[in-house]
Amino acid sequence: MITLLVFLPLLTALVAGLGGRAIGHTAAKAITTGGLFVSAALAWTIFIGFWLNEAPATTVPVLDWIESGALRVQWALKVDTLTAVMLVVVTSVSALVHLYSWGYMEEDPSQSRFFAYLSLFTFAMLMLVTADNLVQMFFGWEGVGLASYLLIGFWYTKPSANAAAIKAFVVNRVGDFGFSLGIFATFLVFGTVSIDAIVAAVPQHAGQTFSFLGSTVDVMTCLCLLLFIGACGKSAQLGLHTWLPDAMEGPTPVSALIHAATMVTAGVFMVCRLSPMFEASETALAVVTIVGACTAFFAATVGMVQNDIKRVIAYSTCSQLGYMFFAAGTGAYGVAMFHLFTHAFFKALLFLGAGSVIHAMHHEQDMRFYGGLRKHIPITFWMMTIGTLALTGFFFTAGYYSKDAILEAAYASGTASGTFAFTVGAVVALLTSFYSWRLVFLTFFGAPRWAGSEHIQHAVHDAHHGHDHAHHHDDGTAGYHPHESPLSMLVPLFVLGAGALLAGIIWHGAFVEAEPGAAFWRGSLAFDTHLMHALHEVPAWVVWTPSIAFFAGLGLAWNAYVRRPSIPKWWRNEVPGLYEFLLRKWYFDELYNAIFVRPSLWFGRLFWTRGDQQTIDRFGPDGAAEMVVVGSNLARRFQSGYVYSYALVMLVGLAAAAAWMMR
Amino acid sequence: MPILSIMILLPVVAALVLLTLPGDADERAGRARVAALATTLVELLAGLWLWAEFDPSTAAFQFAEALPLFGPYLTWSLGIDGIALMLIELSVFLMPLCILASWESVKTRVPEYMAAFLLMESLMIGTFAARDIFLFYLFFEGGLIPMFLIIGIWGGARRIYASYKFFLYTLLGSVLMLVAMLWMVGFAGSTDIGVLARTDFPKEAQFWLFLAFFASFAVKMPMWPVHTWLPDAHVEAPTAGSVILAGVLLKLGGYGFIRFSLPMFPDASAQLIWLVFGLSMVAVVYTSLVALVQHDMKKLIAYSSVAHMAFVTGGLFALNTQGLEGAMLMMLSHGLVSGALFLCVGVIYDRLHTREIGRYGGLADTMPKYALVLLFFTMASVGLPATSGFVAEFLVLLGLYQTSTWATFVLTTGIILGAAYMLWLYARVAYGKAAGEDTRAMPDLSLREVAILAPIVAATLWMGIYPKSFMAPMQPAIAEVVARLEGRELATVPTDMTLSPARPALIAPAHAAEAH
Repeated sequence: MITLLVFLPLLTALVAGLGGRAIGHTAAKAITTGGLFVSAALAWTIFIGFWLNEAPATTVPVLDWIESGALRVQWALKVDTLTAVMLVVVTSVSALVHLYSWGYMEEDPSQSRFFAYLSLFTFAMLMLVTADNLVQMFFGWEGVGLASYLLIGFWYTKPSANAAAIKAFVVNRVGDFGFSLGIFATFLVFGTVSIDAIVAAVPQHAGQTFSFLGSTVDVMTCLCLLLFIGACGKSAQLGLHTWLPDAMEGPTPVSALIHAATMVTAGVFMVCRLSPMFEASETALAVVTIVGACTAFFAATVGMVQNDIKRVIAYSTCSQLGYMFFAAGTGAYGVAMFHLFTHAFFKALLFLGAGSVIHAMHHEQDMRFYGGLRKHIPITFWMMTIGTLALTGFFFTAGYYSKDAILEAAYASGTASGTFAFTVGAVVALLTSFYSWRLVFLTFFGAPRWAGSEHIQHAVHDAHHGHDHAHHHDDGTAGYHPHESPLSMLVPLFVLGAGALLAGIIWHGAFVEAEPGAAFWRGSLAFDTHLMHALHEVPAWVVWTPSIAFFAGLGLAWNAYVRRPSIPKWWRNEVPGLYEFLLRKWYFDELYNAIFVRPSLWFGRLFWTRGDQQTIDRFGPDGAAEMVVVGSNLARRFQSGYVYSYALVMLVGLAAAAAWMMR
Repeated sequence: MPILSIMILLPVVAALVLLTLPGDADERAGRARVAALATTLVELLAGLWLWAEFDPSTAAFQFAEALPLFGPYLTWSLGIDGIALMLIELSVFLMPLCILASWESVKTRVPEYMAAFLLMESLMIGTFAARDIFLFYLFFEGGLIPMFLIIGIWGGARRIYASYKFFLYTLLGSVLMLVAMLWMVGFAGSTDIGVLARTDFPKEAQFWLFLAFFASFAVKMPMWPVHTWLPDAHVEAPTAGSVILAGVLLKLGGYGFIRFSLPMFPDASAQLIWLVFGLSMVAVVYTSLVALVQHDMKKLIAYSSVAHMAFVTGGLFALNTQGLEGAMLMMLSHGLVSGALFLCVGVIYDRLHTREIGRYGGLADTMPKYALVLLFFTMASVGLPATSGFVAEFLVLLGLYQTSTWATFVLTTGIILGAAYMLWLYARVAYGKAAGEDTRAMPDLSLREVAILAPIVAATLWMGIYPKSFMAPMQPAIAEVVARLEGRELATVPTDMTLSPARPALIAPAHAAEAH
């Protein structure tokens, strides 16, 4: 069953990708989407088996992969509770995104390619989450990176999309650099790359030291931090986050699937999968906590001032991933996975909702040209509102359960880094509420402002082509009236909306409650029952903090964007430095350009011209040539090409050899 | 049946026949093409037969033949172990593809061109099959002669400069190597490679012998800083010439290291790892950065070859099983992938007659099949898992990590830089908009071109997903080399390197933990 589940998307991707031209768009779309729904049905069967504590954890071997000396790597599919959770998330969101893309990509001339990439991505992601060893995980890791690269650059005639695609791949490679070194070091220490064997052997190696780059370091800390660099790359944590906002160049369904619900959570999954290793190093856990908290804060501040609707959600994703990491860092892996699970529903919902808005607005993504859309696209409005409620943690929505649990766990962990994370997390909850509601108010409330949008002007112009449209519209609509999206796009919104509302109520017991949680996870991650008990014993003000943050953020956003819309302008004018700093994303891109990109090119040119041409060649072959020209008439007398003189040298050499041997 | 002799002599005979073909120029050209293709296909079949009959459980030389030509000093002594077998497979696999790739692009002196390629094939097989050290030398150096001809006659505008540069570089190394060989034969009293590989040369002598061989192999490899002949040679060579140059001739250096330097001078190898690691580390960073700023497609791929070859040297001098097996696999993988990349460049060069990257663009629209194939080989070149490049790179670095964390750290940056220059190349060629009308008018892959590239795609995937088929025959031979190296004293290097090969530095304070 698991084999079919994993390989079906690969098969459909190959059929749609290689045979797309032969079988036509509709067939290609039907095959990939149908395959994904089959996979999703299988995934839910497996998940429910684990939820009811019936299914045993298994590993299905597929093929030998690499065998060299002591190294044994297999292609194998490992299924336990942790995998089952990821299977459900990946296949469900993917199936819905496939369906959604029928409507969203309807007019695109290379739809088959798009669907093939989506299915290919799903296959790679499934290989990642079913990996029973680090190398196969790395295969999935790079595979999703490839699919992400292809999908970000899907509209490859746009230079910005190409640049974003390369940036995503290369920045992820920086993470993979750490991941690779982590695998090498793990093999050195453990003598194996099998996850089960590594996890079992952790106690033997805890507290040991080894030499790394000339200094003696703690084994577990070093391994975990190297692997964590990989997680940071894929999950866009502070420092390696710069690719994620740019990745929004891809079509919106891609953003929902890859850059919100699944691929970017791979880092969180990896930390949870290897949680027994991280448990063996307090330093590593503290680093994970602090990086997570800082990312959550950084991304939330930037999200407050962005104007592109997708970028706001992208920064929100980055910020929520920070939450997941600091939950893991405080030892609450079950909580981290729970937030991953609920986040997949509401963030995919928000992205697909945003896609519906963009679809209605002829690919205009700037919220400054939205306004008052709730009257035009009411279903999208309500679905986006549900997503926002869940994201900001309104009572009894999915995000309410998971975010509360994260903050309580950070508080209850009692460590210094945990307290730091709690404080930051509470502030970020307020910021989250603010930027999320800002998005809703800017998009759906107020008066229409899209008369100034170029995209809309094009659309209107095309519609009125040939007419003399002298009649003026003073209402900011330029005569354009957005329409609700087709059913294929709305159905996924309904399903995800249901998930965003209900996932928390249904599953919080299994994921985070002490005893049910231990029975649910069954050792597939390090589940700390003490910590989970402690969640119930935190002071009342800790419990209420997220809700206060929710209402405060909502109130501030309402005040600034509905009641008195002059407030944002005031801020922009009064503190331009801060505004600019946030709008420019803390100047990370500028910084990286200055210290990595430009110096690389400069050194490349330097080595090429000064190194190869003016040093090595000048004193090497070219110099020798000059000497030859100046000093040698001998060579000219042979009147030969170099080939012959070369053969001559060989002959002379052999003759000398013979003479020497026979002496 | 003297299968190896047949494989070496058949192309020579065919080459002679080609040169004496009757008819006018056009008829001769047509016949030469068909005859050359047929010969290389027969060679391929013979190669496959070798593989099928090969016993992968032993490190001994198989299919052995010996014919005393000139007494004890030069024996026609042939035989292959797994290492040689796989390199022969690579050669006979690429050769028919090269003939096919030259089918239409070479128009002048076709019979001579084909003859040069056949001669090259014969010499390459000879190099890998030779068991006599002087016979090896003859084949090893002789193999360059047809390459000179191919670059010098059918090459581009600066072909003379390129072939002469190639010559100058190789000359010095060859002479030194020959002198070293003479000394070794005098010491051991045998010209048999198997005997020499089991001879314990004095440690001081090993040092000088190692350097003499190093001078030759480092140029062939090529290692930094003696790499500058390679970009020029590639740029000037015709497509098929580049394929053989990158695919097989660059492997001669690595083959030399694993066949001679490591088993014959194990102490010197262990003592001089700092030299090899240092050069490899510089090579990866330096040539990757240079590749980043190239405007000429062939130059870019040539520089990337130097970086990949630095992974080979890094893996070989890790001196352990994973490192050596990874290095061998890297040679095979690079042979396939960079060969294929040069073929891909050839495809569009045939259409637009320029290698300038800026003249292309938007090929994903106009040549979708081509764009897909190029994407595949780009990804194989950056070592995406499930392609051959990944398995090789992974094993090399895994092995190297056990010998030196610093070297691994620096070499691993190659995976970042490699992704940068290859993806940027791909984006400029395949994405964006076509640079001009002529670019837009280029037709997609022809059936012949698909037939050339598809087998390489299959082989690359096979090696990436199930590398066992390729590794199993080599493993006993590599184990023998590793056994020669076992226990040799490694150099201590000014920068720190973790230096005991097997699970070093677990200076575990287990008792310290108990004490608390």
